[in-house]
Amino acid sequence: MSSLRVFFRGLLDENPVLRLLLGMCPTLAVSTAALNGLGMGLAATAVLVASNILISLLRPVIPDKIRIPCYIVVIATFVTMVDLLMEAFVPGLHGVLGIFIPLIVVNCIILQRAEAFASKNGVFLSAIDGIGMGLGFTVALLILASVREVMGAGTFFGLALLPATFEPMKLMVSPPGAFIGLGLIIGLINYVQNQREVRRRA
Amino acid sequence: MPNLFVIFLGAILINNFVLTRFLGICPFLGVSRKVETAVGMSLAVVFVMTVASLATWTIQTYLLMPFGMLYLRTIAFILVIAVLVQFVEMVMLKATPTLYQALGVYLPLITTNCAVLGVTLINLNENYTLVESLVHGFAGAVGFGLAIVVFAGIRERLDYAPIPKALEGFPIALIVAGLLSMSFLGFQGLL
Repeated sequence: MSSLRVFFRGLLDENPVLRLLLGMCPTLAVSTAALNGLGMGLAATAVLVASNILISLLRPVIPDKIRIPCYIVVIATFVTMVDLLMEAFVPGLHGVLGIFIPLIVVNCIILQRAEAFASKNGVFLSAIDGIGMGLGFTVALLILASVREVMGAGTFFGLALLPATFEPMKLMVSPPGAFIGLGLIIGLINYVQNQREVRRRA
Repeated sequence: MPNLFVIFLGAILINNFVLTRFLGICPFLGVSRKVETAVGMSLAVVFVMTVASLATWTIQTYLLMPFGMLYLRTIAFILVIAVLVQFVEMVMLKATPTLYQALGVYLPLITTNCAVLGVTLINLNENYTLVESLVHGFAGAVGFGLAIVVFAGIRERLDYAPIPKALEGFPIALIVAGLLSMSFLGFQGLL
């Protein structure tokens, strides 16, 4: 498999959030504003790339039977590092994301990539896979967070986007808005996919 | 005592783990096709979350704090939870093999259920005492169970409803979860 295909697979066809429905908790929880979504996405990407690289390096050493606990320890180590680094350099964002930074440990995307890809492939491909999947996660978060921020607060990355006459829909930034927004976005993607299939057959 | 009641009711209704805090969404969406499996899953989670609250509180107070190693909490907690889940899995395999089969891959996945690690981290952040941690862990899991069982009930009916093709499966489930979450918003201001 070429590295380019591995990269774009994570971004589009096998987008972890929009196609595989992994990592839902952070997606729904931190997508209240575009900046939070971007921060969360990049933090998870950093952990994903680092853990993919280390796990593919440790592949020959880890006994098969206890591989999952080993992966979790590797992932938890990188998450702790990211947690401490963010607390030091971006304390504001760290405060907003709260417990969802240590919870990157239990983000299913990272463990799933370790199990399904990094434990079977070389270091270079695993790194590419981590970047692709991480960016796919970030893009999905950014889409949902942008929709919610624009509709729920009338701003984008904190800048006023819509005229003052726009009445913000408070529902979109509250918890139900996350579920409904993501449901409609995935529905829209399915719709486009179905239409494409119909056209291909015709 | 009133404080414990506030924690208990708050974790079940006001800050429901699934619908308000967004913890434990994966099993919430994954194991909610049938009410029966949803109940089994909730019972397993109630046990794991309560014992995890107890175990992590002890480790934090007697091990991490005295040695100034609080920065290791994520690693320490996740290992404790992984061991607990392994234990529950072994007990279930012996005691209720049918339920074990029904829960399938989601049973080992309780390890990566963010509700479990989430509750231990919230206990730590809120500086709960041992009893408060236990009540919070138990109530949080009951809240998780309540949400997943109600949701499973709705999804069983959903199978017979005419749904636009693009929304079939997960999209409609997410929208239903949104409506459920909206109704739980009504509990805000209860206490």
